[in-house]
Amino acid sequence: MARNVSTQRKLITTAAAWTIGILIFFPILWTFLTSFKTEAQAIASPPTFLFFDWTVENYFEVQSRSDYFKHFMNSVVISFGSTLLGLLIAIPSAWAMAFAPAKRTKDVLMWMLSTKMMPPVGVLVPLYLMFRNTGLLDTRAGLVMVLTLINLPIIVWMLYTYFKEIPGEILEAARMDGASLAKEIIYVLTPMAIPGIASTLLLNIILAWNEAFWTLNLSAARAAPLTAFIASYSSPEGLFYAKLSAASTMAIAPILILGWFSQKQLVRGLTFGAVK
Amino acid sequence: MATLHTRSAARLMMAPSVLLLLAWMIVPLSMTIYFSLLRYNLLMPGMEEFAGLSNYTYFLTDPAFFQAIFNTLAIVLGVLFITVVGGIGLALLLDQPMFGQGIVRILVIAPFLIMPTVAALVWKNMFMNPVNGIFAWLAKLFGLQPFDFLANAPLFSIILIVAWQWLPFATLILLTALQSLDEEQKEAAQMDGAGALSRFIYLILPHLSRAITVVILIQTIFLLSVFAEILVTTNGGPGTQSTNLTFLVYAQALLQFDVGGASAGGIIAVILANIVAFFLMRMIGKTLEA
Repeated sequence: MARNVSTQRKLITTAAAWTIGILIFFPILWTFLTSFKTEAQAIASPPTFLFFDWTVENYFEVQSRSDYFKHFMNSVVISFGSTLLGLLIAIPSAWAMAFAPAKRTKDVLMWMLSTKMMPPVGVLVPLYLMFRNTGLLDTRAGLVMVLTLINLPIIVWMLYTYFKEIPGEILEAARMDGASLAKEIIYVLTPMAIPGIASTLLLNIILAWNEAFWTLNLSAARAAPLTAFIASYSSPEGLFYAKLSAASTMAIAPILILGWFSQKQLVRGLTFGAVK
Repeated sequence: MATLHTRSAARLMMAPSVLLLLAWMIVPLSMTIYFSLLRYNLLMPGMEEFAGLSNYTYFLTDPAFFQAIFNTLAIVLGVLFITVVGGIGLALLLDQPMFGQGIVRILVIAPFLIMPTVAALVWKNMFMNPVNGIFAWLAKLFGLQPFDFLANAPLFSIILIVAWQWLPFATLILLTALQSLDEEQKEAAQMDGAGALSRFIYLILPHLSRAITVVILIQTIFLLSVFAEILVTTNGGPGTQSTNLTFLVYAQALLQFDVGGASAGGIIAVILANIVAFFLMRMIGKTLEA
C-alpha cells in the first residue's frame, strides 16, 4: 500500500538524513581530499576544502619512501589466501551439517561460534613464541594460517545458513530422475550454492583485510599488511597528513568498493543469518 | 533419511574444521595456562622456574589491572550504548521515504569498512589533534580553547572512534530488521489511534529485539578485544588511563617480555570473556530459537 507522504515531510527527512550521512562519512571524505594536498595545505588553518592545488605527488611519495605496493600485496595475499583456505576447509563441513544434520549439529555450530569469543590475548603469548621458534613470525604463511583459523567459524556459519536454504526436495527429485551423486553435486547443488559461497568469500575478504590484532602482533617489516603498515604512521611520521591520507585512501578504497557492492550479504553474513 | 553411510561421510566432511578449531582452542590455551605458572621472561632465557600462582597474584594486585578491567567495560558499554541508541535512531530515519536513500545508506555504512588503524589515525591526527585538527579549528572558530582530546580524555576519545566504526553496523542491521516489519501492521496501529511513541514502544521495539540482541552479541565479541585503536592513538596512556585488558596483556608480553605475567593476564581475560559469553549465549539462544 502506498503511503501518502507530503512532499514537505519527505524533503525534511531527506535533508536530515543527508546531513547525518555526510557527517558520518566526512572523516573518509576528508582523508580522500587531504591525500591530494601538499603537506602545507594539509595542516593549513582555516582548512581548505576544495580550492587547493590538487596534486598526486603524495601517492608516488608513499610508494617510493616505503614500498607501499609490497604491503598492499601482503594484504591481498593474506586476505585472499586465508579466505580461500578457509572456504576449502569449511565447505565440506557446512555441506554435511546442512544436508545430513545429526542430533549434535546445532551444538557443534554453537561451539564453533563460541570459539570466536575467546579473546585473542588468551593465546597471544604461545602463538608468538611458536611463531618465533618455527620462523613463522613475520611471514605471510603464518598470518594466512592464523586468519584462516580465526575466521573459520564465521565461514562455516555463513555457508551453513546459505546451504540450509537449498531445498532438499530438489535433491530427491534429481535422484528420482536417476542422477548419480556426482551429477547431483555438479549439476544441481553447485549452481545453487555458488551465490552463498560468493557472499561468504566477499565478507571474509573484508574481515581479513581489516583484521588488526594478529596482523599487528605477528608481522614486522617483511610480511606487514596495510593494517600494520599504516600503524607505523602513529609515530611522528603521522604528522605528514597528506602522505598518511594517501596511504590510507589506497588502503581503504578496495574494501569500500567491495563492501558497497555487498551490503545485503554483509548484514546476513555478520549476523550468522539471524537478520536477513 | 540419512543412512549409516551418509552419516559417516558427514563426519568425515566435518572432521577438518572441527579438528582444526579444537586444536586452535586447546593447544595454545593449555600452553598459556602452563606459562602462567612459570617465572619466565624472554630477556632471561634459561631461567624459567615454577612460580605457582604468583603471576596471578601479581596481576590481580596490580592497580593497572583494575584500571584495565574498568576501561574494558567502559569501552564495551560506552560503544554499545552509542551504537544501539544511535543505530535505532538512524535506522528509523533511514526507513522514512526520502530522496537518494541508497546513497545515504552507502555514506552511513562506510566507516565499518575502514581498517581500524586508518580510522584511529585519521581521527587522532586530522580531527583530534589540538593544533592542526578540525576540532581545534572549530573550537577556535567559536572562540574556545582547543581541547587535547587524546591527552585529557583518552578513554572517551577511543570510545568515540570505536563507536564511529560500529555505528554503521548497528544501523545497517537494525534498518534491515525494520524493513521486514509489516507495513500493514504499522497502519493498523496508526488507525487504532496509536501515537508515534506508543507505536515505537509497543510495535517497533519488540520487532527489533532480535536484531538488537544480535548487534549486542557480535559487537561485544569484538569490543572486548579492541586493540589497534588504542595502539596507534594513545598507546594505552597517559599512564594506563586508556589501557584495556587486551592492551595490558600485549604490553606485558611484547613490551616487557614477561611471558609468565602476560599469560596469567591472558587467562584472566579468557575467564572474563567466558563469563560475558555465558550470558550472551543464553540471550542469543533464546532470541534465535524464536
